[in-house]
Amino acid sequence: MQQIINFVIRNKNFLLFLLLFAVSVALTIQSHSYHRSQFISSANRVTGGTYGVFSSVSQYFGLKTENQRLQDENQMLRQQLYNQQNAQLSNDSQLLIDSVYRVVAAEVYKNSYSGNYNFITINRGIRDSIKQDLGVITDKGIVGIVDQSSAKYARVISILNKNSKINAQLKNSNHFGTLEWDGASPNTVQLVDISKFATVAVNDTIVTGGKSAIFPKGIGIGRVTEVTDDIGGDTYILDVELFNDMTDIGFVYVIENRDKKERLELENLSNE
Amino acid sequence: MSSQFLKFLLRFVGLVMIQVLICNHINFLGYINPYVYLVFILIYPSQNNRTNFLLAAFLLGLTVDIFSDSGGIHAAASVFAAFIRPGFLKMSFGSMYEHSAIKFGNAEMGSLLSYVALMVMSHHVVMFGLDFFQLAELLSILKNTLFSGVFTIVLSVIIILLFDSNK
Repeated sequence: MQQIINFVIRNKNFLLFLLLFAVSVALTIQSHSYHRSQFISSANRVTGGTYGVFSSVSQYFGLKTENQRLQDENQMLRQQLYNQQNAQLSNDSQLLIDSVYRVVAAEVYKNSYSGNYNFITINRGIRDSIKQDLGVITDKGIVGIVDQSSAKYARVISILNKNSKINAQLKNSNHFGTLEWDGASPNTVQLVDISKFATVAVNDTIVTGGKSAIFPKGIGIGRVTEVTDDIGGDTYILDVELFNDMTDIGFVYVIENRDKKERLELENLSNE
Repeated sequence: MSSQFLKFLLRFVGLVMIQVLICNHINFLGYINPYVYLVFILIYPSQNNRTNFLLAAFLLGLTVDIFSDSGGIHAAASVFAAFIRPGFLKMSFGSMYEHSAIKFGNAEMGSLLSYVALMVMSHHVVMFGLDFFQLAELLSILKNTLFSGVFTIVLSVIIILLFDSNK
């Protein structure tokens, strides 16, 4: 017994090192699996607040481009609005109740894209009814999916995250696959499991599919730059160049599908 | 003692802020970032209590991890660097360091460079190794380690020369 205690005291630094190192590795492994990285997250008051202070200063440098972007988007929305024949502008309240999707604008506080598991921190949280598994987009295309939220902040799994898997399809046919990222370039993601029956050409547009209840169908993602065969040879792997510049994201929209719960219940029912 | 603690605290907070607000967003050539928070570990007094030092390094890495959503890679790498530091100190500065405190900013340039390089490279290998976590990505790990490492070494040496020398 005495010897054991002596051993511990003599090697206490080494044992402490082993302990701390093991804890760190455990946290790392946990963060590499989807929806498991609960402890170490930038969606908390301290980090969110710090990024917020910094962001309130640094956003002034991008005001001009941000204005231009908003103007472009307004123009597009107005075009859609005026072209919609049966849009009744006076009946706003009715529109709100009937609408399936709820949209919340948010500001990006932190965006990373150089690692393998990238996350984005936004300044909306539980207070604004931001929950896990809501979709996040910009005017150009998709950005990611909300992973966890605190009172005022939320963390988004970027599509530039090796754990990210999003249902996507070709715009001109209904062949769908899974959007993944190989970690190589922040401009290019991969669409895998596209059936060989699909006719795919370079420059085809990829949009979100309606299979998942997270994103509405038909939101832009990118265009095909390269078509390769899967190792098995049964499916295509498409390299997709993103419409979004993932390295420059200022403001985003979080989308909630109000029918999601009902839909998931129905789908689970039919699975049994 | 308390004024020294305050100094450490300021250095800790300052370096973490520089790291997460500026250095994490440099992304030179798309993926090269310096990790200057390592300076805290580099210039920690060589004669201080090792247990406290390990704990401080862990806390430092963990704080950076929380800010950058990276699990525990910075914490693991920092603890590793802190643990092997005495060996590198001995290799670079000779066994003299055990008897007298080293003023890193006033040390001989060759010794300082070799010490910083050894520390930074071992820290980066652990960090990127855990980040990729696959043997198949060995080339990416080494590439990242080398490029980010050179960046970190240059910045760290500049910071140490500027702020840790009394001339």
